[in-house]
Formats: sequence, structure tokens, C-alpha cells
Amino acid sequence: MRAFVPHYELTTPSSLAEALALLKREPGVWKPFAGGTDLMVLLEAGRLPHRNYVNIWSLKELRGIEVTDTHITLGALTTYTDVQSHPGLQNEFPMLCQAASETGGLAIQNRGTLGGNIVNASPAADSPPALLAYDAEIELVSSDGSRWLPYQGFHTGYKQMLIGPNELLARIRMPRNTRGATHYYRKVGTRKAQAISKVCLAAVAKVEQDQISHVRIALGSVAPIVVRCVQTEAALRGRKLDTETIKSACATLSQEISPIDDIRSTADYRLQVAKNLLTDFLFTVRA
Amino acid sequence: MQITININGESRTIDTFPMSRLLDVLREQLHLTGTKEGCGEGECGACTVFLDGQIVNSCLVPVAQVNGSEIATIEGIAHNDQLHAVQQAFIDHGGAQCGICTPGMVLAAVDLLNRNPEPSEADIRTGLAGNLCRCTGYMKIFESVVRAYQK
Repeated sequence: MRAFVPHYELTTPSSLAEALALLKREPGVWKPFAGGTDLMVLLEAGRLPHRNYVNIWSLKELRGIEVTDTHITLGALTTYTDVQSHPGLQNEFPMLCQAASETGGLAIQNRGTLGGNIVNASPAADSPPALLAYDAEIELVSSDGSRWLPYQGFHTGYKQMLIGPNELLARIRMPRNTRGATHYYRKVGTRKAQAISKVCLAAVAKVEQDQISHVRIALGSVAPIVVRCVQTEAALRGRKLDTETIKSACATLSQEISPIDDIRSTADYRLQVAKNLLTDFLFTVRA
Repeated sequence: MQITININGESRTIDTFPMSRLLDVLREQLHLTGTKEGCGEGECGACTVFLDGQIVNSCLVPVAQVNGSEIATIEGIAHNDQLHAVQQAFIDHGGAQCGICTPGMVLAAVDLLNRNPEPSEADIRTGLAGNLCRCTGYMKIFESVVRAYQK
């Protein structure tokens, strides 16, 4: 049943400092509210349990894409539309652009944000596999300061993450070390547009002197969190890209993910498709 | 709370709750019932409106976030008595069946042609991907969009 909207508060601070002060003054009382593409769905279904929200949508401090010699840094409120139209991201981080283009339709892409996709913490989110494969780091800010941490490890369990009640996700940055790599992003869903993934794989790798290097692989919808598959990477790193290597990587991947049956797919299907995507990725690297 | 918006070129101030859906404010307070509710969860695009020049699903926008914004709904797409080329094409080529998806489809098509006056077939499919037609009249909708930009 639809929620009773007068029960909900959505307050609009005039600056980031004001938003952070509010989060610190009443810890746990206020939660951030960005583009609303996830939270409003829960509201309409009458399943939005929290009542008080801070509207961060208009905070300019959390917008913008900055390119330096070493990194591309994105404000947490960067929308999927912003991501797709940025030339630097198109050139060096194409999987992030592809993830953005395959998330919802245009009307969603105009409102959905990268930061929201991270802290909504869905294991089926589309951009986190790409962010993990690109070795992203995230910045959490509070009234007491700021800290950067690797995105890998940020999610600790289903909908659990290393963020305090007084902290906001402010920025995401990716190291510019992808030149010469093969980028492979594939989302498998029921329908090409709008669908939530059954399985999603994002991966990069290079082949140097006949050996696999710089390999990073992440999958969505196959575990309680979006997972970086470090054991599968280890099964590939330094090896010659042949049938034996592909077979052993697939075997390792089977142990590293834990897909389940749910409304969108089955564990068996997800496991098979995950292995197929890994194989397809490795064929692409070899080609 | 009070919010002021520019709606189809006219400034309006409304008393509302911050978490009210823009869709409900448009339909129930401003009586602009051309914007439809389909799924209420951002899947179908029936509630599409322009918000500061970009299309959004108005069912997913809390009204506190549109204070001071410019909004255009299907009621604001025609100029006086002159229908927009997309609207005329939908009439001429059977782009509307039951009509529930039509306002959203028209706005998504107007948005597409604003950004890309000569879209490819793939561009049209991408541009309309967020809008569902339960009558499944997609080919006529598609054809209407093609005819609209050929005019």
C-alpha cells in the first residue's frame, strides 16, 4: 500500500557543511536522499521504513567530473547521463559508460546517481562491477573530515557497508591505468532496456609477452554483494591464455561466487552464465 | 511546505508535503491530468515530464526537489493551437491506441528530437526504451517518430 507522505520529512540544506552538521547533530535520524530512483519506489510501495531524509540533490559540492594526470574523479551526484556524455570516461573507462547506458531508461539515467548506486548497496547494481574492475576508491566526508578508501571491501554483506551515520559518500575516483587493456562489460537481463540484471560481469585485462596481466574481474547478482573475484584473477595472472587456463579460471569462479534462486533467475542459470561471460571475456582478450 | 515552480511557462506556488510525488502534485493540485500514472515505480514512463529540460519519471521525484524549477508537461508541448510535429505524427500514423502511454511517449520523442534531430533507428529505440505501451503498438509509435522528424 502507498505510504502516507505527510509522515515523511525531506529537508533541503543550503550547503554540504550544513548537511554534514545535521548528520552529526542527530546521528542516524537523517539519511541522504539523492535522485530518488530507488527510494521513491519503496515510498510508493509503502516500504520506505526511514522517515527523515536530507535532500542532497542540490549540493553543488557533490557534482562535477575532474580529470587529473593520475585519476578521473566523479562527484557522488554524477548522473548516469553525465557519465555517458563525458569524453574522458568514454575513452578510458568505457565499461562505466556502458553500465550507465544500461541502467533504466533515459528518464532514470537523468536522475540516478553513481553515489546512489553505491550506497543503495544492491547486489544487482550495474555500475559497481565496473567500478570494482577499475579499482575505484571512494571518499567519505563528515563534519570531522574526509577519508578515502578502496571501493573493494566497502560492502561487507547484503546492504551492509563501511559508512558511519554522520558520513556522506562525496566522490569516486578511478586510476588512469586502463590504456591498452581489453574492457569487457556485459549485463544479462530479461529485456535489453530497464531490466535488472540476472548476471553482470565487468572485467579488464592485458596480454603482455604472451601472459595475462592487469586482470580485474567483478560480477553483480551472483552473491550478497557485488564481488571482485580475486581468486579467479589469480588463476589467470601470469598464465598463457589457452583452453586449460580458461577452464581452470571457470572452475575457480564457480567456487568464488554464490548465486541464488530468486524472482529474476536461478542459481544454476546464473552460475552457467557467469562462466560463459568469463569465457567470452577471455576470448575477447585473446582476439 | 510551499514551493514555487514554473509549469508550462506559468509560475505557480503550491502548499504541499516535501515527499509528495511530483506526479500527484501535477495531477491533483494543478489538475494537469495529461501526465499519467502507470506503474508508479519508474518502469513504464507514462508519468514522463520535462524537469529543467531533461525528461524524468514524475512518480520518482519528490516535490521538495523541484522548488524553483521549470517543468513542462504534455499540456505545454503544443504552441497555442499548433500541435508539436510529434503529436501530429502520432495522430496521422496511429501512434496512440488506448492513450495511457501516449503523453510519455510523445515527451520522450520530443526530448529525443531536441537532442538529436535526425535519429537513427537505434537512437529511437534507445530514446523510447523507458516507455512501455501495454497495447504493444510499438511499430506505429516508432513510425510516428520517424515521420515527425522527416517533416
